[in-house]
Amino acid sequence: MSNEMRLILAGFGGQGLLFGGKVIAYAGLIDDREVSWLPSYGPEMRGGTANCSVTLSDEPIGSPLITDPTALIIMNQPSLDKFEDAIVPGGVIVIDSALTNNAPTRTDVESFMIPATSAAEEAGLAGLANIVCVGKLWSELAFCKRETLDAAIRKAVPARKAALVDKNLEALELGIGL
Amino acid sequence: MAEKVLMKGNEVLAESAMRAGCKFFFGYPITPQTELSAYMAKRMPKCGGTFLQAESEIAAINMVYGASAAGARAMTSSSSPGISLKSEGVSYIAGADLPAVIINVMRGGPGLGSIQPSQSDYWQATRALGHGDFQMVVYAPSTVQEMADYTYKAFDVADEYRTPVMILADGMLGQMMEPVELRDPIEEIPERPWATTGHNNEREHNIVNSLYLDADLLDQMNHERYKRYEKIIATEQASEEFLCDDADIIVVAFGAAARIARNSVRAAREQGIKAGLFRPITLWPYPTEALEKTVAHAKGYLSVEMNMGQMVEDVRLVVGNRAPVDFYGRAGGVIPTPAEVLDKIVALNEKVGE
Repeated sequence: MSNEMRLILAGFGGQGLLFGGKVIAYAGLIDDREVSWLPSYGPEMRGGTANCSVTLSDEPIGSPLITDPTALIIMNQPSLDKFEDAIVPGGVIVIDSALTNNAPTRTDVESFMIPATSAAEEAGLAGLANIVCVGKLWSELAFCKRETLDAAIRKAVPARKAALVDKNLEALELGIGL
Repeated sequence: MAEKVLMKGNEVLAESAMRAGCKFFFGYPITPQTELSAYMAKRMPKCGGTFLQAESEIAAINMVYGASAAGARAMTSSSSPGISLKSEGVSYIAGADLPAVIINVMRGGPGLGSIQPSQSDYWQATRALGHGDFQMVVYAPSTVQEMADYTYKAFDVADEYRTPVMILADGMLGQMMEPVELRDPIEEIPERPWATTGHNNEREHNIVNSLYLDADLLDQMNHERYKRYEKIIATEQASEEFLCDDADIIVVAFGAAARIARNSVRAAREQGIKAGLFRPITLWPYPTEALEKTVAHAKGYLSVEMNMGQMVEDVRLVVGNRAPVDFYGRAGGVIPTPAEVLDKIVALNEKVGE
């Protein structure tokens, strides 16, 4: 269990959190690890809060619905309020500070406040704050090799949107550097 | 070995059906199953098959009846309320001794219920999906890989016994993605000498029908069908055990609930409780033979379900008075947490340890 990452990505519908989770799931697939990816699919998907559970493990995964995350990517205040209490001590939280009002109150976790949305916009990568956050999470947890992460982006971007691969790779780089 | 791909459970059910030679899919959209129909709409025409969005669930199941009678491998899918609508058609398919695959990606009920994952159609699937004396084989996959494997199996078993077969999944399994290895598409489906394909004056008429006005004849037909059911019960039971060999406490759970229970069993072992997980894969026929073998050493059973307590009755039928059989469930689309299930394991362990 020690090498298991249980990540919840949470924010508004439309921020690409499910896609961000998919990139991480593909990284696990490429490394031939056990992987699960579970989206919220209720009415909240239509404009409200959205979240997604991603587990990477070396053992068969039980519940794909994560109740005790080891990591969080948070892209709005309601999501921080909802999931902050759930994360295990020593866990890692990446927060888009451009979209949240308050910092986490937990002191037994590592929190990284990054202005993902504004930094992405300034870099001409509007709409890719999700991937900026994925980059930051990777720089803190190194849940796979760097080349695996790049390959995961290439796999996760659908063929009809192949032109967006480079922008996503740039966003990843931006997040890693923040 | 084929390359593993990352796919949603709903999409895997669709893709695997096509690889199993399913050429006709009739559906009607409903959450949390819709990706299955959407995937079929996109891919089926490219595989040389027919996707048709029917005007209703009732129409869809009767189109399956027609396609199957004409000798094709055919499938429909829905979620709980839509499956209730199909029930008449499934009874007709069973009465006409036709193979068919029906997928139920369960959601909370009764009524329109919720769109969240549930297992509250267990009784419907295993006891009475429709009127009359009939059963159907019911598979309860627990991983996306099993959703592929048991879709192939469902078509084979449906053909072998000329019976409807159900894959009973739920919103969690339908929506989640896991790595999956898909097999190559089959070239040809088994021969169907009974199909209504036109006799060309070369053979007797084939008749597909579920109406028998002669009571003695219908009695005989039912007895013959139940002989096939006996063979299914004898040969098709499937289950999986996790840490059951020395277990005092056996958690019984299927599908998504089994994944949650697996976490709880691991956690109980870390606390020194000898817990194990017994996971039925066929819900009908229920894997009574394998469960019976655990009775020799188990001190207590806990059935964990996403409903108000349905499968627990099948566990009690096997265990009887030889050990306590407790139940824990959440209904309406609420998913039980591993911690809640662990609490019940701890409580049961204390109870039987006294």
